[in-house]
Amino acid sequence: MTCLIMLASGIHFVLLVSRQGKVRLTKWYSPYAQKERSKVIRELSGVILNRGPKLCNFVEWRGYKVVYKRYASLYFCMCIDQEDNELEVLEIIHHYVEILDRYFGSVCELDLIFNFHKAYYILDELLIAGELQESSKKTVARIISAQDQLVEVAKEEASSISNIIAQATK
Amino acid sequence: MNPFSSGTRLRDMIRAIRACKTAAEERAVVRKECADIRALINEDDPHDRHRNLAKLMFIHMLGYPTHFGQMECLKLIASPGFPEKRIGYLGLMLLLDERQEVLMLVTNSLKQDLNHSNQYVVGLALCALGNICSAEMARDLAPEVERLIQFRDPNIRKKAALCSTRIVRKVPDLAENFVNAAASLLKEKHHGVLITGVQLCYELCLINDEALEYFRKKCTEGVIKTLRDITNSAYQPEYDVAGITDPFLHIRLLRLLRVIGQGDADASDLMTDILAQVATKTESNKNAGNAVLYECVETIMAIEDTSSLRVLAINILGRFLSNRDNNIRYVALNMLMKAITFDDQAVQRHRVTVLECVKDPDASIRKRALELVTLLVNENNVTQLTKELIDYLEISDEDFKEDLSAKICFIVEKFSPEKLWYIDQMLKVLCEAGKFVKDDVWHALIVVISNASELHGYTVRALYRAVLTYSEQETLVRVAVWCIGEYGDLLVNNVGMIGSEDPITVTESDAVDVIEDAITRHNSDSTTKAMALVALLKLSSRFPSISERIKDIIVKQKGSLLLEMQQRAIEYNSIVDRHKNIRSSLVERMPVLDEATFNVRRAGSFPASASTVAKPSVSLPNGFEKPAVAPLLDLLDLDSDDILAAPSSSGADYLQDLLGVDLGSSSSQFGATQAPKAGTDLLLDILSIGTPSPAQNSISSIDLLSTADVNSNPSNALDTLSSPVPPHTATTASTGMFDLLDGLSPSPSKEATNGPAYPSIVAYESSSLKIEFTFSKPPGNPQTTNVQATFINLSPNTFTDFIFQAAVPKFLQLHLDPASSNTLPVSGNGAITQNLSVTNSQHGKKSLVMRMRIGYKLNGKDVLEEGQVSNFPCGL
Repeated sequence: MTCLIMLASGIHFVLLVSRQGKVRLTKWYSPYAQKERSKVIRELSGVILNRGPKLCNFVEWRGYKVVYKRYASLYFCMCIDQEDNELEVLEIIHHYVEILDRYFGSVCELDLIFNFHKAYYILDELLIAGELQESSKKTVARIISAQDQLVEVAKEEASSISNIIAQATK
Repeated sequence: MNPFSSGTRLRDMIRAIRACKTAAEERAVVRKECADIRALINEDDPHDRHRNLAKLMFIHMLGYPTHFGQMECLKLIASPGFPEKRIGYLGLMLLLDERQEVLMLVTNSLKQDLNHSNQYVVGLALCALGNICSAEMARDLAPEVERLIQFRDPNIRKKAALCSTRIVRKVPDLAENFVNAAASLLKEKHHGVLITGVQLCYELCLINDEALEYFRKKCTEGVIKTLRDITNSAYQPEYDVAGITDPFLHIRLLRLLRVIGQGDADASDLMTDILAQVATKTESNKNAGNAVLYECVETIMAIEDTSSLRVLAINILGRFLSNRDNNIRYVALNMLMKAITFDDQAVQRHRVTVLECVKDPDASIRKRALELVTLLVNENNVTQLTKELIDYLEISDEDFKEDLSAKICFIVEKFSPEKLWYIDQMLKVLCEAGKFVKDDVWHALIVVISNASELHGYTVRALYRAVLTYSEQETLVRVAVWCIGEYGDLLVNNVGMIGSEDPITVTESDAVDVIEDAITRHNSDSTTKAMALVALLKLSSRFPSISERIKDIIVKQKGSLLLEMQQRAIEYNSIVDRHKNIRSSLVERMPVLDEATFNVRRAGSFPASASTVAKPSVSLPNGFEKPAVAPLLDLLDLDSDDILAAPSSSGADYLQDLLGVDLGSSSSQFGATQAPKAGTDLLLDILSIGTPSPAQNSISSIDLLSTADVNSNPSNALDTLSSPVPPHTATTASTGMFDLLDGLSPSPSKEATNGPAYPSIVAYESSSLKIEFTFSKPPGNPQTTNVQATFINLSPNTFTDFIFQAAVPKFLQLHLDPASSNTLPVSGNGAITQNLSVTNSQHGKKSLVMRMRIGYKLNGKDVLEEGQVSNFPCGL
């Protein structure tokens, strides 16, 4: 692993994998080259998917700790340093899931497949540089919907313009 | 949808991919999509960019290459609309990492967006910068980010704060610029801003001592107050998690207090009350509460000694340890490892529980518990803990045995009260998990056995018994084979019985059966077979009555597919067959192996550094009646005076010597410190293949191989050189060896007769010594150069004990013939000549280089000269 070990580095990466081992979301806060990324994903999903149901939610891996939690068919994984608070990371995972749930209205894997970019946008309102930026679910929801609104407005404008163009060129 | 767009929609593509039944189908769909996207990219139509990038991100997540989309991200980021920027930044963070050059191109767009009038655009830029910025970008954009920490909107302030943490991680020099802004964030009421502000302060404290001092002085009380307020706050639905108001903020505040309190008694004092309050009042029935408690314990253990708090902390950990939740037990084990440093006794109290955790079905918990147990072991409890662990070893999962056996071996070696106990425990481990035991561990066992002369009989009998039952444990077999080879006579005669031992009847042929089994079993590896072969040679002398049978087994190995085995079989057969007169002295019991040397060697073999390698040589040259490090030399019963110089430099081959045979595979653990095949070379030299002067030659070859080691320790080199130089007449023993190798013709390097002529050079010249090299090439072999070195004494006195050593880089091979003399008279009265032959594997590409070291005695004083020859003529 070539990533620099600093005194504090927060979450190194976030990984969502389905029970079948399909990647649903990956977010890298420490530098991993593309090749390393796929290796990491392969290795970790092998370890985590094979763990029994009643075991603890932590896996030691390459000198790091991976905190994972399963929600329905999805495994949410976050990689942290040995010294970090793994119980808190469990809370962060849960926090994220609750926000997703609120946004999609009882979220399921399909939501995250077809709207994967939304899942990323939400994560970006939750974590930056591998650190938590917001502890209020309401605030995250508000900021996301404000941005969605901006996109809608832009889309309407674009379609009205293209309608005008379409009519003009008829 | 845009009426001008072509190609499939994102949703349709995802459906199509999901509908694929096989990986090949999926590849086909993705290939087609990628081709379409590439085509669209080439058309450079801004309408499709947005969707193309979204598709590419999905394809990227499936693990397909998408580098061709990177520039599209940059174009989207540079476009004016928010939707384009939003997807563009997302793609940037997903498809690129900070090490890609392309990233530098985005710096300018980022700068513009950080100054954008729309706060959400600013937010996007901050987020991207915080997630993937490189050191260069951090430097370029730090002033913008610093300014944004004071921005009016809290959403931007918190993003800027976290972005700053990334910046100071990447470029710690920038830390001081952020201190004031960070301190201002601590007064915030908005939780998001407060959390990120506390995080930034924590980060700055870790990086910069001045920042730490500043926060300690100005903010300690403020942070404590914030923590108190949040701990005592009424129910706030927005921030409540399982009855705790904002555990995330709790944790960050506790973490900041930790760095502030660490190393500062006054600050630690100030926070005692609030820490006690958090430790006692926090609900521990839910994960969120435990997360806060966990952080609190960590802070209590880190800050300056407040013993009442520590009792509280240890109690919390005790509660954690007995919790039924695996997660909580896991962190408890983790924390107890830290607690052990300041309160060993308190942690010892939980020993039994911890030991239970070693047997937990959960691998993560087992691993933690095992590490904790290792720390708990001391002289008083070692026997009991070891027994428990070994009992568990018998029933543990296969995949845990490796870790477990390694730890047991570590404990046993470190705390062993006596040798008998050590040997007993090690045998148990070898029986249960022999195939997982590392080489250095069983090597160490052999060294200990060798040193415990009163236990030789007991050990060899115990091993014999064990190997009958556990013949599938490779390392057990090796140790048994070695011991039976060495102490076979004690095995059959029940010599040296100790009190607790049952006598057993073993015939000579039973003992040989074990060895035969080891050598013929198809799944024995080459090292085991080689050791078995040596053992057989030894037994042929110990058990003369069945030496015919032993010979038959040896002869069978002539057909081995391993060249080394074949060759040894021929040699050993020859010894058994034709040299009965010297056989017994040849295979005498090995001299006691030196434990100290081995331990240093072992410690040094992991971090391959010259300094550790140099140590063994220091301890060696004097003070041993017999140089234990060169057992093979002893084995051949050469006069030890002849080879006194050898051990000091052959430390690196210690274990090779121990095994006597080098099969390459067995040497892997020595890594870089080991000269490859040194053991074999040594052996070959001793057996004097094609060289008239074995003793001399073995020394020169060893010296060459270990020149690097010697270099790092001049005093040692002096020792080497001051020891008597071996006579270069062949000793009787070695002449006797000549015909051992019947059939193998010696291949001495012949003088070149004709070849291209090269000018002679002065390779070295000092005030007292001049060395000239003349060159010739043997015909038909352009890679090899024969060098005749002529040494001329420029001083007015005669040099005695003259010795010349040379070393070459890896692409060269060097062979040194014996020098014409070891006494160098004054100039005019003669010179020493010595022939070298150098083979250049990179002939035509690289030219020769050589380092040399010349040692001699001048008026009874040691003189050492060193030099490098780089003026070799071209084309050698």
